[in-house]
Parts: sequence; structure tokens; C-alpha cells
Amino acid sequence: MKKIEAVIRKSKFEEVKQALYDAGIEWFSYWDITGLGKSTEGQVVRGQIFQSNYIQRRMLSIIVRDINVEKTINAIIGAARTGDTGDGKIFVSDIEQTYRIRTGETGPEALYNKE
Amino acid sequence: MISATALLALFSTGAFAQSSVATVATPCVDSGDTAWIIMATALILLMTIPGLALFYGGLVRRKNVLNVLMQCFIITAVISIEWVVCGYSLAFGSSKGFLAPFIGNFDWAFLNGIGLNDLCPYFISHSQVTADSGAIGTIPHLLFIMFQCMFAVITPALIIGAFSERIKFKGFLVFTILWSLFIYNPVAHWVWSSDGWLFKMGALDFAGGTVVHINAGIAAIVMALMLGKRRDYKGHAIPPHNITLVVIGAALLWFGWFGFNAGSGLAADGLAANALMVTHIAAATAALTWALLDWFIGKKPTVVGICTGAVAGLVAITPAAGFVGVTGALLIGVIVSVICFVMVAYVKPKLGYDDALDAFGVHGIGGMVGAILTGILATPAIQAAYSGAAYGNIRQLAVQLIAVGATMAYSGIGTFLLFKITERLIGLRATDKEEAVGLDETQHGETAYTAFD
Repeated sequence: MKKIEAVIRKSKFEEVKQALYDAGIEWFSYWDITGLGKSTEGQVVRGQIFQSNYIQRRMLSIIVRDINVEKTINAIIGAARTGDTGDGKIFVSDIEQTYRIRTGETGPEALYNKE
Repeated sequence: MISATALLALFSTGAFAQSSVATVATPCVDSGDTAWIIMATALILLMTIPGLALFYGGLVRRKNVLNVLMQCFIITAVISIEWVVCGYSLAFGSSKGFLAPFIGNFDWAFLNGIGLNDLCPYFISHSQVTADSGAIGTIPHLLFIMFQCMFAVITPALIIGAFSERIKFKGFLVFTILWSLFIYNPVAHWVWSSDGWLFKMGALDFAGGTVVHINAGIAAIVMALMLGKRRDYKGHAIPPHNITLVVIGAALLWFGWFGFNAGSGLAADGLAANALMVTHIAAATAALTWALLDWFIGKKPTVVGICTGAVAGLVAITPAAGFVGVTGALLIGVIVSVICFVMVAYVKPKLGYDDALDAFGVHGIGGMVGAILTGILATPAIQAAYSGAAYGNIRQLAVQLIAVGATMAYSGIGTFLLFKITERLIGLRATDKEEAVGLDETQHGETAYTAFD
């Protein structure tokens, strides 16, 4: 099992969501994040124009079975890329164990619904 | 209708006292006037809470929004009490001797001796009433007191914009009470009391350009300078936390301002209708001007910008509302918006002072622009007795400049002294830790956007 965390542009969220759905990913969580780094974006408040390095992005967190890692990553990259600076990043890490609270199932089968 | 010269003669002899004109006609309460001023009084309350509270509340960061709302709310409570205890008497009472032009006395403390059938002794720049039925008003005295109470409430609330996000609540409260007592009441007396020296000189301030906006604006810049910058102020604006609140607040200010300006003639008549019209047009013009400036200079028309522009227009038309027509309103709207834009966008960052929400940049500067333009654009077409420099009365412009200068000097020096006193006795500046954590948590033990369902 892997955790895939992706930082993407908010404007690309709908496309990424659709791509993940098309790839068969059933469930993920996301939240809005603010990043702080060397890059800046112009901001205007009451006529004052200044450079702000607080940048808004959206983070997706997806736990998948090992067999689904590649198609998930491909779906995100395919949908989120514009080619400009600031398209985002994807992080992949191991998940040690998963428990389904309702049934007590463990391991990869706790991640998806059996037909 | 009395002629302009006769009215000026009346003016200069100071024959506005109740007794001297009581024989002209028997004044009585006018139900239409009274109904409108009751309504206008409620509209002005709406300007402070929630109008100004939301406007300022949206502009600060989320950790300080409750502090700003609380400051507006407690000012409403405390200054209303101060007003009936002695504030009204000090502002509008008549003292004897050399103090008479400068401050009232305590005769009306706790509204002593004012009955519910008494008529309002003031009419504020309302020449029609003078011409038709004498100097005495057509609304109950008690209603005038409450109408003026709302002005006394909003004035210190405007100053909040300069020192927000970094002041101790206790120090703020004491400062505000002292400021109302020692700065607001005398200046209101100068300009609006029939004994006041600026009133006698003929200074025009229909609804509070000098008394409210310049007074508060100068106090704001003094407080911003004395208190110092917010610890994380980097020389440019800190983005607002909730622009939706800013819009609601600005819209409620605009709405309430109809009571502020159209009520200040203390009657429901043509002058009130004119005040309403010019108020609306000046606000609209200034809002549009600011949006266009934003569009050309910052590439996009911003929402905070158009709200700021509208407020600047409302501020500037305040002293002029009873003296200019639609042309004056259009000119005032454009001019004030451009000047305030330059102040806020260029001068403030250049000079580096931290007027957090531009209480000086919008209310102080806007008030000065309005007061001076009143001296230029006042037209006899609105009130025959009053004309400005553009209509050949250069003296009016000089008088306006004196009124602006005197208010600036008194408010500036007075605020400086009150800051020193409060700082010494109680302390005003929040600690670095309080500022970093936020004033909501540290001053009130609450947070605006809680994590609980």
C-alpha cells in the first residue's frame, strides 16, 4: 500500500478529479493549502502593488494498493500539467497497515469494496 | 423667503438663540421631521454596528476580527452612556465667559431639565428653518440628543482602523473614553453649538466632515505613529481575511450614511432630499473612480478597492451634503477618490507608517478634501445663504481652512497627550506574544471561526 500526496493547482482540480475517477480510484481526500517559498505572485491591496510569496494550492491524499500506484500517478500528471512553473509535486510513501473500522478487515482489502 | 444678505446679517449678529426668534412664529413638533430623524438616528447606529465593525473586521486578519467587532460594540455602549452623563452637555451646552466658544458646561448633565415636549434648540446650517420659523428646530430636544449621540459613537470607532491588531483592550477603552470627553466634545461644540467659535465664524460642516472625519483621522495618524508598527508589518498592506465582510460593511455604511447626511438638516424636506442625492452620487462616483484607478494601475478592479472608494466618497460629501448640488457631488467624488488612492497606495508605503486599515488615509484625508471642497463648491442654488470660492465667496474657503487647521491641531496635540497619559497609567501596546497569538484569543478568550461543530 502506498500513500500518494499530490500538490496541484486549484484550477486543475476538476480535471484531476475526473482523471482519477476514470482511472478507477474510488476515494481520496483533499484540502486547500498555502505554500511559502522563493517564488512570488503579484498582489494588490487598496492600490498597493506588492509581491506575495504566499501561494495557494490544493493537496490530494490518496491511499492505493501497490498495483494502482502507477496509473494514479499517471492520471494526476496527465491532468495537472500545464508546463508552466508551479504545476506542483507528487510524493509517494509506504503505508504500513490499514484497518477498516466497520468490519475489522486489514491490509489492502480494507482499501476497496469487494464486489 | 428671506434674502441671503439678510440671513447673513442675522448670522453675524448671532441671533440664533431661542428667545430672540420665538416671537416670529410659534414652533412646534413636526411629525414628519420627527419620524424621519428617528429613522435617521437608527440608520447612523447601523453605521457603527454592524457597518463599520464588519468593514474593519473583514480587513484585519482572522485572529483579530472579534477584537475589532468588540471595540465597535463597546464604543457604542460606553460612549452612549458618556453622552447622556455629560457629553451632550459639554458639546451643546452653553458655558459662561471666555470658555463659551470652546466648550459647554454641565447644565444638561444626565439630561437635567430636558422635557419630552422641549424642542430642539439647534438646526445645524439649515437656513430654510431660520427663514420660515426661526432658529428653533421642529423635532423634540431628546431626539436631537440621540441623533447626535450616534455621531459621538461613530467618531471614536473610526480611529480603530489605525491601531487595530496591536492594542491592549483595556488601554483602548480608557483612551476612547478620554478622547470622546476631551477631543470630540469640544470640537463638536466649536463647529455645531451656536456658541462655538467656528460656528460663529461661519465654518460649514453639514454632517461632520471636521467634527467626525478630520477629528478621527488625525487622531488615527497620531495613534498609528505613537503605537508603532505591527511587528510583522513589511511596508505593504496585510491582505484582508474576509472580503465578503468588507463588502457587507461598506454597503451598510453607505446605507446608514443616508441617515448621517440626509438627517443632518434635522428636517424631512428638500434639503434632506438634496443631501440624500449628493451623498449617493458622490459615493457612486468615488467608488467607480477607485475601481478605474485599480483597473489601470493594478490591472484588475478589486473589491476592496471599490469599497474603499465608496467610503472615501461618503466621507468627502459629508461636510458638503447641505451645500452642493449634483455637479459638486460628481467633482467631490472624483477628486477625493484620486487623492485618497494616492495617499493609501503611494504616500503611506513611502512614509512607512502603519495605519492598518487606512483610517487616516481615507477618513482624515477624505475629510480634509471634503471640508476644503465645501468652501469652494458650496452653491447658493442649494442654500441661498451659503456660497463657496467658486461662486465668488473666497472668505468661505479661508474659513474652511481655518476650521480644518484648528481641528487638526487640537485633535493632533490632544490625542498625543491622551496617548501619553493612557500609556503611562495603563499601557496601550499589546506585547509581541499577544500580537502574534492574536487579540481575539489574548484579549477576549474567544476565536471567531471555532473548530467545533
